Amino acid sequence: MLPVLYLAQAEFGYLGTDAIEYVAKIMGVSTARVYGVVTFYTMLNMKPIGRHHIQVCRTLPCALAGAEKITALIKAKLGIDAGETTSDGKFSLLEVECLASCGTGPMMQVNEDYHENLTEERVTEILQSLK
Amino acid sequence: MEKILLRNVDAPESHTLAAYRSRGGYRALEKVAREMSPARVIEEVKASGLRGRGGAGFPTGMKWGFVPKDSPKPKYVVCNADESEPGTFKDRLLIEKDPHAIIEGTIIAAYSIGSHTAFIYIRGELAYASQVLQKAIDESYQAGYLGKSILGTGYDLDVVLHRGAGAYICGEETGLLSSLEGGKGWPKVKPPFPATHGLFGCPTVVNNVETLAALPWIIDQGAAQYAALGTEKSKGTKLFSVSGHIRKPGVYEVEMGYPFKRFLEEDCGGVPNGRHLKGVIPGGASMPVLRADEIGEVRMDYESFQAAGTMLGSGGVIVMDETTCMVKAAWNIARFFAHESCGQCSPCREGCHWMEKIFWRVENGQGESADLDLILNISGNIMGNTICPFGDAAAMPAAAFIKKYRAEFEAHIAEKRCVISASG
Ligand SMILES: Cc1cc2nc3c(=O)[nH]c(=O)nc-3n(C[C@H](O)[C@H](O)[C@H](O)COP(=O)(O)O)c2cc1C
Ligand code: SF4
Ligand code: FES
Repeated sequence: MLPVLYLAQAEFGYLGTDAIEYVAKIMGVSTARVYGVVTFYTMLNMKPIGRHHIQVCRTLPCALAGAEKITALIKAKLGIDAGETTSDGKFSLLEVECLASCGTGPMMQVNEDYHENLTEERVTEILQSLK
Repeated sequence: MEKILLRNVDAPESHTLAAYRSRGGYRALEKVAREMSPARVIEEVKASGLRGRGGAGFPTGMKWGFVPKDSPKPKYVVCNADESEPGTFKDRLLIEKDPHAIIEGTIIAAYSIGSHTAFIYIRGELAYASQVLQKAIDESYQAGYLGKSILGTGYDLDVVLHRGAGAYICGEETGLLSSLEGGKGWPKVKPPFPATHGLFGCPTVVNNVETLAALPWIIDQGAAQYAALGTEKSKGTKLFSVSGHIRKPGVYEVEMGYPFKRFLEEDCGGVPNGRHLKGVIPGGASMPVLRADEIGEVRMDYESFQAAGTMLGSGGVIVMDETTCMVKAAWNIARFFAHESCGQCSPCREGCHWMEKIFWRVENGQGESADLDLILNISGNIMGNTICPFGDAAAMPAAAFIKKYRAEFEAHIAEKRCVISASG
């Protein structure tokens, strides 16, 4: 199921009702079953997300390393709160739990790329480099 | 100390088959193919004393021995690469730097229980690690270590890499199996255990990445060599991921039984900025915190951590200095568990959210004097009353923070504010 949902998400951009119904049909299971799976996993999105999906880790080791400042800076720069997407569809911001980079925190993931040992300067540079 | 698990990670191009082979890689598999029966491999692993590195520390050879030999059903091996326990980042290092050791270990495990399909369940966020691992699997097929009649033995094995999609509970072995079966990652009641009723109801062995990665060395060098390391009940070496307020964070390989205080102060360089240690979580966020004054005699093995009232767990060492607000730290961890509860059992689903809310109000000056006992009560009612050990994993650290730093929690309530100025 997950490999199919990943393909569908890549194809449709996100897993809305159309995509869920489509997956249910080709997998031969009920829509409710697919819906249940999609809502269970954080990486499956039911809403469109920005071109650059920024996920900042907020769990204890990163928090001890200063993750809150990083998140606050990104919020201020993008003018959005966690869980929101900028109006031009360019950036989404999410606070997430531990991404297995605790020794190099604070850290964030932008789409599939990890950015570790973040400082405020580094975050500013990364945001500027994202087109 | 000779490195076992980290023996390859610093070598150039360590993730490639060529580098792995030039450093003795796949020699263990050749030995198995040449001269060892499945039963002999299991005996060897039992004799090594290797215990599971995913958190519970169950003896690996014994676990394999529970798989029925005469079952008509297919058997599976699943490598647990879901690494999501806060404070733990050792498996990711092994996957990115030494994927062939994991593959070789997986083949050895599968051969010993007579499995012809193995899955590696990797957490979805680890996109780069997945690419490295898939490439290594492809190389391994091309070299004849995977596929039909491995090294001419007539033994077949396929390894399938499966990506998760973001859910901590899929690290719990039965949650993982539910996810692999195509559903939500809902844990299942045990018994029956996966060894008899696992993936699709078939006999299944689930082992952590680090457990499997230790196997090639054990087979190549011999169980006695491995068992010569460590303590009476905790054999060999273990990886520890060190994070938080520490001068040299990172992944360390330690011989079991090494003094914990010396490890933190000498190997990891101690707490930076001239500050003092306040507390340390030794085994990932699921494990009870130790106060600075409690670590003096602790050694880094299963028994010693347990005697100190905590657990070795995943070996995720989270260090907190004197500027850390323990109420906020407890809240952070409670929020993690509230976010990750799968929602099947009411004590866990409701209790985790209640604990998070109460910690939050204490931290923000709205706590009441009964709140601390209320959390202890909730924690006590979760413990032992849930389908999977996630419930205990959420309840234990919450109670430990209050018991060990009670005065600090009470000061927050009395003064109606956070009493620690520079809280992280
Ligand atoms: C809530 C929870 C989360 C877990 N997460 C992981 C994990 O991310 N990786 C892992 O290998 N084991 C994890 N485990 C332990 C597994 O359930 C299982 O014991 C382990 O994979 C068995 O392998 P081992 O015997 O080699 O340790 C978790 C357990 C619980 C209760
Ligand atoms: S204890 Fe929690 S995580 Fe485990 S099955 Fe129950 S609700 Fe799910
Ligand atoms: S706590 Fe942030 S990556 Fe682990």
